[in-house]
Parts: sequence; C-alpha cells; structure tokens
Amino acid sequence: MSLTPTMTATRHTHVEAVREALDAVFDPELDEPITDLGFVRSVTVDEAGSVEVHLRLPTSFCSPNFAYLMASDSKDVLTRLDWSRSVTVWLDDHHDSDIINHGLATDAGYKGTFRHEADNNLDELRHTFQVKAHTAAMERCLTALLRSNDDLAESALGDVVLGDLPEGPEKESLLRRRTTLRLGNHPSARVMVDEHGVGYEPDQVPMALRRARSTRISIDGNAHFCRGLLRTRYPDSREDQTRRVDGEEPADEQYAGYDATFIPLTTLTTHSGKEHSR
Amino acid sequence: MYTKDGENYFIVDAHIALWDARPENIKNLQGKQFIDCFYDYHANLSPESEKWSYEEYLYQGGERLMKDLFTDGYVDHAIFQPAHLGEFYNNGFGQTEEAFALTQANPDKLTYNHNFDPRNGEAGLDQLRADAERFGLKGVKLYTAEWHGDSRGWKLDDPMAYRYFELCRELGIKNIHIHKGPTIRPLDRDAFDVADVDHVATDFTDLNFVIEHVGLPRLEDFCWIATQEPNVHGGLAVAMPFIHTRPRYFAQIMGELMYWIGEDRIQFSSDYALWTPRWLIEQFVDFQIPDDMTEYAPLTTEAKKKVLGLNAAKMYDIEVPAELRLPDADEPETGPRQPEAADLATV
Repeated sequence: MSLTPTMTATRHTHVEAVREALDAVFDPELDEPITDLGFVRSVTVDEAGSVEVHLRLPTSFCSPNFAYLMASDSKDVLTRLDWSRSVTVWLDDHHDSDIINHGLATDAGYKGTFRHEADNNLDELRHTFQVKAHTAAMERCLTALLRSNDDLAESALGDVVLGDLPEGPEKESLLRRRTTLRLGNHPSARVMVDEHGVGYEPDQVPMALRRARSTRISIDGNAHFCRGLLRTRYPDSREDQTRRVDGEEPADEQYAGYDATFIPLTTLTTHSGKEHSR
Repeated sequence: MYTKDGENYFIVDAHIALWDARPENIKNLQGKQFIDCFYDYHANLSPESEKWSYEEYLYQGGERLMKDLFTDGYVDHAIFQPAHLGEFYNNGFGQTEEAFALTQANPDKLTYNHNFDPRNGEAGLDQLRADAERFGLKGVKLYTAEWHGDSRGWKLDDPMAYRYFELCRELGIKNIHIHKGPTIRPLDRDAFDVADVDHVATDFTDLNFVIEHVGLPRLEDFCWIATQEPNVHGGLAVAMPFIHTRPRYFAQIMGELMYWIGEDRIQFSSDYALWTPRWLIEQFVDFQIPDDMTEYAPLTTEAKKKVLGLNAAKMYDIEVPAELRLPDADEPETGPRQPEAADLATV
C-alpha cells in the first residue's frame, strides 16, 4: 500500500528508535552493544507498528546461549517500546537458528527453547561476563594511572580510590560496570576490588593486576577477532561497525568507522623511560 | 628444519589434519556451516598471498599435505589431531584411513593421533583398545563440542570420561590434546569454560594435557589453570596466524603464556589445513614483542626453538639431532615464570 509522507516520516523515526533501543543490548562476552558490533542486519517497521529485526553473528558456531541472550534481549527491549505492536526477531545463519527463532516466536523462554539442554537459567553466565567486564575496565584504569604517574608504585594500586582516577571514557566505563555489580561509586571507594567489593593486600596487588590484564587482553582480542570474522562473513557489515579503540591495531585502519584523530591509550601513555633495554 | 641468521630450528607441527569437506561428504547444513566457519578463519587471518580458494580448501589429499608441510613448509615432523564430526560428515571430517596410511608410509615424518568420545560408553572403551593397538597411539585429540545424538557436548570430568583416561593411562596414551568448545553442555554456563581441565589435570598427573588454541577465547582462564598444573600445556593452533594481522594481540598472547606457563610448555602448530606452516614459521622466527609492551620480557631465540619444535619433540619422543637440543629452562613448576617482568613500575 502507498504511504503518506507523514507515515513515512514516522516509520523512519521508528526505525531509528529501534536501533537506539538495540544500543542497550550487549554481547555479554565482548561487552559491547550489538549495534556497534554490526550484529543488527536489518530493521523494518510497518505502519501498524510491527517490528522485524534480523541479527547476524560472526560464525554459525557462535555459542547458542550467547546468541539466545542477545536475540531475546532484543525482543524484550523492542516489546517495551510504547508504539510497537508485534516484534519479530530473527537470528540468521546460525546452527541453532531454527531452535532459537522458534523459541522467540512462541515466547518459549530459555528453558522452553532449549528444553533438555537447559538446566535453569542464564543468570550465572551473564554474571560471569559482567565480572570479567568489570575486571577489564578496572585494569584499563589502573594501568593508565600507573603509566602516567612515575611516582606511583604498583603495589600501592590497592589504595587507589575512584576519586583518584581522571575523568574520561575509561572511568565512565568502570563506573557503569561497578553499578551493574552493585559495588557503589563513592569517590572514596577502592578501585581494585573483586566482584564482591573486596580489596587486595599490597603483596597480592601485582598478581591481581596481572590476572586482570590477561582478562582485558582476552576480551579485547576476542572482540576484534569477532568483528573481523563478521566483516569476512558479511562484507557489508563493515559500515555498521563502530570503532573499538581498546585492542586496536594498524590493520583496523582499513575499515570504515576508523577515525585517525583517536589515539590508542597504549601509544599515548607509555613512558619511554620505562622501556626494556634490548 | 628452518635456518635463519645462522640459527637452526627443528620444527614440529603439533596439530594438523587431513580433512574432507567436499559436498559428497557433507551430511547436513551444519557440515557446510562448519567448513565455512573454518574458511572464514582462514580468509580473515591469512596474508593475501597465502589465501586459498574455497574449492582448494575443501580437501587437500596426502600429496598436497606432504608438499605444504615438508617440501615447502620446513616441517620435520607433524602430528595428526583428527576431529571426527560424525554428525556433520558422512565419512567423518578427519580422514582416518588416508591419514594413517600416510603415517605408515612416512613414519619418520608423521605421527597419527586418534580420538575417542566417552558417550560411546563401554563399546567405545573396547574401540579405544583396538585403536591404540592398530595405530600405536601416543596421543588422542578430544573435541568436547562434538555432537552425538541428543547430546551436543561433554565435559572432561564426566564419570565416563574418567574411565577413558584411566584406560589411556593403562595403554600408554600419555598426550591428551583437547579442543574446548563451543560446547553446548552445560548450556547454562560459558561454552568455553576450562574448569574441567583443572580437574582432570589434578587427577591424572601422569598424563599431559595440551589445550589447543591455548584456551582461546578464554586465554585468561587457561593461563590461570595452566600456571598451577605442571602437566597442562598450551597448543598454539589458531593463535599463530594472529602474528600477521594482529601482531600486538599475538605479542600479548605470547607474553602472557611466557609469564604464566613458561617456554617449555608451549607448542607450535599451523592447524593445517586451516593455515600452512611456511609463513607462520618465517614470521615467528622474525617476531619480537613490541618495544612499548614493557610488561613482557623479549622472546629469546631459545624460547622460539622450544616452541617451534623441541617441546613437542620431547613430549612425543621424536629424535632431535644432538646439536639442536636445548636444556629445560630453570623455572618453577608452578606459578608465574617471569616475576621480574610482572611489575610495570620497575621495568
């Protein structure tokens, strides 16, 4: 049917609203919105308020539990839009596409979707990656502080409080992840804590930082590998991906979204005086 | 052997396959998706000059394998690590008969590892006995995300799996290569969870557990377990090609491994035919940790020699010319190996 200009404009706004709503859906493992990752393949909205979204992932064999989480979270946020009437979310080209799409269409829930393979719920899985995301954010802040402050000893990092951290995207990201874990964000709160808010003794600090670093490296490495695989699998996903500075390498300059005015943290804050002699 | 700047490197490619993913062997959509996933890995991480066509990628055959590894690839010895994938491929993914025949024809160059699946129960135990005798097994490759009827994954600490490890011990199968996930059991938890490695490594201290892909995408969990278990080793399959497109990430992987588990427990592999060994070996010998990554010690030539071949040769009793051998590093059995590099503020 033909549309009046007003209806077209409304639908355009609705498509934008859908994308905005999907900004709140995160890949739990990569700790990024599915919109930034390029996982949203298409969005269509009709005049009756029916929303149809297709999602795509880097491989057919991405973990089905993560795939289900992202697809069902997507359906949840879109169902909550006050103008949406019916919401259909399709997961494309996955080995469990049929199972997950059927589960979403029938609102079967996690256990209804995966039946004998599902024991209870995915809360523990989500929590595992919320903890890792916090650990990585904490390490980014503390390593930056260490690299920018010659007088700061590594073993003293256990006493650094939120108020000591410079304002910026890294601190914001840490605060967001602390909020998720209900750790509290008072300026006097210690930065280096585990998921229960428990800090470390000075002699424990170097090892804890080292472990946190390996978590951060893992997340950043996975995020860039998954983004790259998505671009290999769906070349048009390139335009949808936004830049991820953490873990970025020269090879990433070749895809859209790269902005050379940003400078990766590692380049910015390394002290020449602290280098190995080789 | 590979020679560069007067240094000789004995090369063991510790993880290779002879697979068949041609259309006539593909059973279902998942079989097609599986090889497509491999091909995307290949296409995404290979240098342009090393990229194969999709058709070439489906099947290589023995002659091509011998050329890619031994004529062109500097490899002295390679170890088959076959994945069965019987639910996806009519005759399985790894070609048992073809690979074993090739091994028999080239016993000085090739070792054949086979696989087992604890979900085959008692009958599988008998099969493992027969396989151990027929193939002369020193090792097995286990894929915990293998689909099997209604089940789409298993864990190393399942009770039946323990029966298989006990039999491995009895049969002298000492080297257990493990490819983790993405397993669907337990679906409620992380598909790449490596906690079960910890349990079997503790309970079977006389077996070596080589975790392929160094636990990726859970490098940190792998390192934490491996640093505490002296019989856990890291296989570099799939980690190696990052050396080209993501050298900083590769440096971090190597830096973490050297710190947590040390130079004696890391094994090179091309994961052929995912990638070919030649360019990986050339780039690895030339590789160094970037100067600004002050949190890691530089990679020494000795460490590179161990990773490229000496470590796997030791595990498999592969004869290494006397002049190429190296002693073990003087490092602790557990805990961090380079504590002096741990303190960012002092380096």
